[in-house]
Amino acid sequence: MNYLNSIKIAFNALKRNKFRAFLTMLGIIIGVASVIVMLAIGQGSKKSIQDQMAGMGTNLIFAMPGSEQKGGVRMGNSDAQSMKLSDVEAIQRDCPAISDVSPEVRSSGQAVVGNQNWPTSIFGVNNNYFSIRKYTIGSGRSFTSTEIDTYAKVCLVGQTVVNNLFGKTNPIGQTIRFGKIPLLIIGVLGIKGENGWGQDQDDLLMAPYTTVQKRILAITHVQSIAASAVSESLNAAAIEQISKSLRNSHKLKDGTEDDFQVRSQSEMVQTFSSISDIMTALLGAISGISLLVGGIGIMNIMYVSVTERTREIGLRLSVGGRGNDILLQFLIESILLSVLGGIIGISLGVVATQLMASLMNWPVVITTVSVVMAFLVCSAIGIFFGWYPARKAASLNPIDALRYE
Amino acid sequence: MMKTIIEVNQLKKDFYVGDITVHALRGVNLQISEGEFVAIMGTSGSGKSTMLNILGCLDKPTSGTYFLDGISMGELSKNELAALRNIKLGFVFQSYNLLSRTSALENVELPLFYNSKIKSKERRERAEAALEAVGLADRMHHMPNQLSGGQQQRVAIARSLVNDPVVILADEATGNLDTRTSYEIMALLQDLNQKGKTIAFVTHEADIAKFMTRQVIFRDGHIIREEKVPNRSNAVELIKALPTEELV
Repeated sequence: MNYLNSIKIAFNALKRNKFRAFLTMLGIIIGVASVIVMLAIGQGSKKSIQDQMAGMGTNLIFAMPGSEQKGGVRMGNSDAQSMKLSDVEAIQRDCPAISDVSPEVRSSGQAVVGNQNWPTSIFGVNNNYFSIRKYTIGSGRSFTSTEIDTYAKVCLVGQTVVNNLFGKTNPIGQTIRFGKIPLLIIGVLGIKGENGWGQDQDDLLMAPYTTVQKRILAITHVQSIAASAVSESLNAAAIEQISKSLRNSHKLKDGTEDDFQVRSQSEMVQTFSSISDIMTALLGAISGISLLVGGIGIMNIMYVSVTERTREIGLRLSVGGRGNDILLQFLIESILLSVLGGIIGISLGVVATQLMASLMNWPVVITTVSVVMAFLVCSAIGIFFGWYPARKAASLNPIDALRYE
Repeated sequence: MMKTIIEVNQLKKDFYVGDITVHALRGVNLQISEGEFVAIMGTSGSGKSTMLNILGCLDKPTSGTYFLDGISMGELSKNELAALRNIKLGFVFQSYNLLSRTSALENVELPLFYNSKIKSKERRERAEAALEAVGLADRMHHMPNQLSGGQQQRVAIARSLVNDPVVILADEATGNLDTRTSYEIMALLQDLNQKGKTIAFVTHEADIAKFMTRQVIFRDGHIIREEKVPNRSNAVELIKALPTEELV
């Protein structure tokens, strides 16, 4: 008995019961389609989070003041003034895993041009900041070191600010007032869009940190330090080196707590990714259950089918079918059912996913892994749930089977 | 002397039902030669069906020997028995046992599916030839439910012929048919027998047994009588003699 014949026999048997075969497959179809769709949604949301994070720079590292103690009282994180420009210089000097570093000072306020005004923030930074945060210069230029040294009243503006204050006119060369300080616009930042939290990253001004420190905030410390690691894989080393450098600069003794904290963007990426991984696993598990139910459906139908076709089995045995031929026939029937159902389910899942992507604008990613996995699971279900009924069919005694009413 | 197709010596078959042992066959000797058309007769429980099951390699005897076409089947495994059924035997059942929703042609092809030596083209040709031989050349693609009882039994006979068996075993093959159709089936079997087919036919109807060459009568697990059929009936002539029913 060759396998081709077995497949033909099984195929003919299914063809005789098209509607029942379809109903049997329905469970698998729905199960597989939902696995594909759920995984696509899970993977899609993970990818969109990762993309947005990558847009902010995956090798981005922030250092900001941590809690400090004043006479035994632990203070909050934000207001400490413990970071100095010298810390930035030390990091630049001491940390080989860091490629760029920039101080950061921020202020919010009203930007005014002529009779227009707009609430926004101003960031005081150095020239490295653009590459660290993945900003581009859309037009114009960035600061010169002379401008930084002389607290020059210059700034770059984000596109949102341009839209709100200048409309269609070219802002370069014009003056914008932030608070009471008039600043000359020397460049416009390239559009960056929203970040992962829906925050508009184009709604800001960027000025030399010296300008913001002296002219706007009147402070000498820096609020935080932004740095980029040489590569993403060096993030951990970079964090270590920055911590060491800062402990050194701040003259912290061994055993005392850090008075700063260092965070990397990739840590946040990991956090969000792991949340979406859990979501994906959850969605996958739910649809996996429906796949299991589909498999049990196949077993159920195959089992009934063996009983219903007892006389057919008896006949096949009497004309020379061996037990193994019968086993193979029923096994192939159930595998055909589940694999066919799997293929239909995969197609349906892919179509549904694309529909969702185009109609609802959901971020979806269909991975080869999920398709291959769904397919393998289907075949496995066919074998697993087909085995028992097939075994039962094969073990029938031909005489009893022929006389079965 | 013609070649011996079936040779059974001291065949015994016991069934165990709970504590009770049922002796279905109590030492049967039987020979069937090539070209014979043997009626195996007897009342219910006489052992004739058990005998047919053993002759058909569907069941094994408790003791005794059975040679089919010179092969001793006592030592064969289950799979070897299946292979033997596939090439040496043809079955015709009382209730036809055709696969439903499967064309006559595909039903007849069925035994050849289990013979890996036969390619699909040959399978088709042989099935067509077998259906032509039973006079159903124009019904090859009909489903069983589109055929009359007599036609269904003809398909079953074609199926039993398709592997060119050494013996055809029929189990009450006319049991579900009316007189005229029964005679038609017997005419077909007589014709096949005329062409050299060996047939063993289980029946309890005396008038059907009259069509065969020899009668073997069972009672209580023994063969009580074995005789040549005197004045053997010719089915074709009997059909002619049947009154043509005028249905009102």
